[in-house]
Amino acid sequence: MIVNRKKLNWVERLYLPAIIGGLAITWKHFQRSLLGKGVITMQYPEEKWDAHLPEWYRGAPTLVKDEHGREKCVSCQLCEFICPPRAITIEPMEIPEGDPWRKVEKAPRAFDIDMARCIYCGLCEEVCPEQAIFLRKDYSITGLNRNEMIHHKEKLYELGGVMTGLVFKWNEKK
Amino acid sequence: MDVSNFISQFFSPAAWSLIKSLGECFMSPTGFLIWTTLLKSALLLVIILGLVSYTVYAERRVSALIQDRLGPNRVGWQGLLQPVADAAKLLLKENFTPKSANYFYFRLASKLAMVPPVLVLGVLPFGSSLFGVPMTIASVNVGALYVLAISSISVYGIVLAGWSSNSKYPFLGGIRSSSQMISYELSLALSLIPIFMLVGSLNLNQIVQYQIVHGWMIAPFWPQGMSLDTLLHPLALLEAFRAGCSLQRVLIWIPLFISFILFFISMFAETNRLPFDLPEAEQELIGGYHTEYSSMGFALFFLGEYTAMIAGAGVITTLFLGGWSLPLVPDGSHGWFWGLVNIAVFFAKVIVILFVFIWVRWTIPRFRYDQLMKLGWYFFFELAVANIFLAALILTYVKR
Repeated sequence: MIVNRKKLNWVERLYLPAIIGGLAITWKHFQRSLLGKGVITMQYPEEKWDAHLPEWYRGAPTLVKDEHGREKCVSCQLCEFICPPRAITIEPMEIPEGDPWRKVEKAPRAFDIDMARCIYCGLCEEVCPEQAIFLRKDYSITGLNRNEMIHHKEKLYELGGVMTGLVFKWNEKK
Repeated sequence: MDVSNFISQFFSPAAWSLIKSLGECFMSPTGFLIWTTLLKSALLLVIILGLVSYTVYAERRVSALIQDRLGPNRVGWQGLLQPVADAAKLLLKENFTPKSANYFYFRLASKLAMVPPVLVLGVLPFGSSLFGVPMTIASVNVGALYVLAISSISVYGIVLAGWSSNSKYPFLGGIRSSSQMISYELSLALSLIPIFMLVGSLNLNQIVQYQIVHGWMIAPFWPQGMSLDTLLHPLALLEAFRAGCSLQRVLIWIPLFISFILFFISMFAETNRLPFDLPEAEQELIGGYHTEYSSMGFALFFLGEYTAMIAGAGVITTLFLGGWSLPLVPDGSHGWFWGLVNIAVFFAKVIVILFVFIWVRWTIPRFRYDQLMKLGWYFFFELAVANIFLAALILTYVKR
């Protein structure tokens, strides 16, 4: 497509009116920012995104417990298999004799998520048949070395906390 | 009791005579000139270096505000200690010289970029007088010529840096700088000639004195003998204007205003500021001539650039905006307070111009290379020459 350039008259070709117009625009921005209007910069460490995050935000993956204090994970290892960057490592364990939830049979002895590898894709949450793993709103995961970046089971439960309103599919089973 | 007799009790006669002769030496005309000049130089250097670091800070804050951001506001209240942090960072970094660079010229270039702008400051009258000492380091009769000559030397630093870095981007920056200089330096110097014709002197002090009497060069309508008393009486004010006004003084304003515009725009090219920052051009040349520099080598270029900005603003202030004078404000001969006020007025004007420099930087995009050449050769040069003839015609044929 050929765009015909508009022929400029001599005032326009001086460019000075355009430059003064430009200066007026930048001055308007300067004045507005000086009065504190128009600046939307967030003062990061003091102000955080937390309050602005949507309900469906995909932050760090965490493990949750239900209202009865039972850990939801049954160590089926589906999340471990589906995890694209292979960030999850689970070591299953048999639930010992005498435990009220003995009928569930399995629980994780160790549940490690390497946050240096996690890509926050949310496939683990999607694949979980037990509603045990959820991506919560923590996004600022830091560590001084690779080992510190691995979230162990305790850390995962600490971040996940208690999730209510889930299905209790083991309660009716004998 | 005489003070000198009282003090002399504490010294042996020989030591006292030495002290007395030293004192006489200090207060003799030559001695007085030497130590006051040294003191003035040190004072000005301290002021300028402080101003430079805070110009960098202002540049960052103002540009941020223009772009609806906040800019550095962490170090100290509102980020006011940011320049200190920057200086510490630059001092502690490794001073790296590329293996293929020519070491001697590479190191020399950064100094050459810093020294000329500082030298320019030497002739600027930055105040009237303080305790009877004129606030100019050197009041030379070729002042304006000296300014033009020295400020064009700073291009050598850039060209040398570009060549000695032995790297393609600095090289391009150096070449651009040298050809840019050729195209704007002509109009820079020629645009000042109407002022010299009007004042009849190249001495910057005399140019300032002329502006005190006749009004600033960008609006030379100030009636002679104006004071607070005449300002309060409308009739006397009218009379003063009638007495001081003539067709020539109104008409001479036209070439002087054209001079101001030409000089101001050329100053942007002189100080390598946008819209003429072709030698640096971050986006095209990765910083241009100072790409290969680090640590203090880079800091010297940076300091030199901002000192050049301040010196340029000082020259514009002195030549067009009345220097240290403000209407109705007396000069330093009326007491040290007014001397300080005059210095403050000078730096206030400089700061306003520095703000305009920064403001323009975030308004106008960079010129293309050929556009700058065209502007310099086809437009500014002709306009400056025509302007000289216009001023000459007005000064010769219009009744004063």
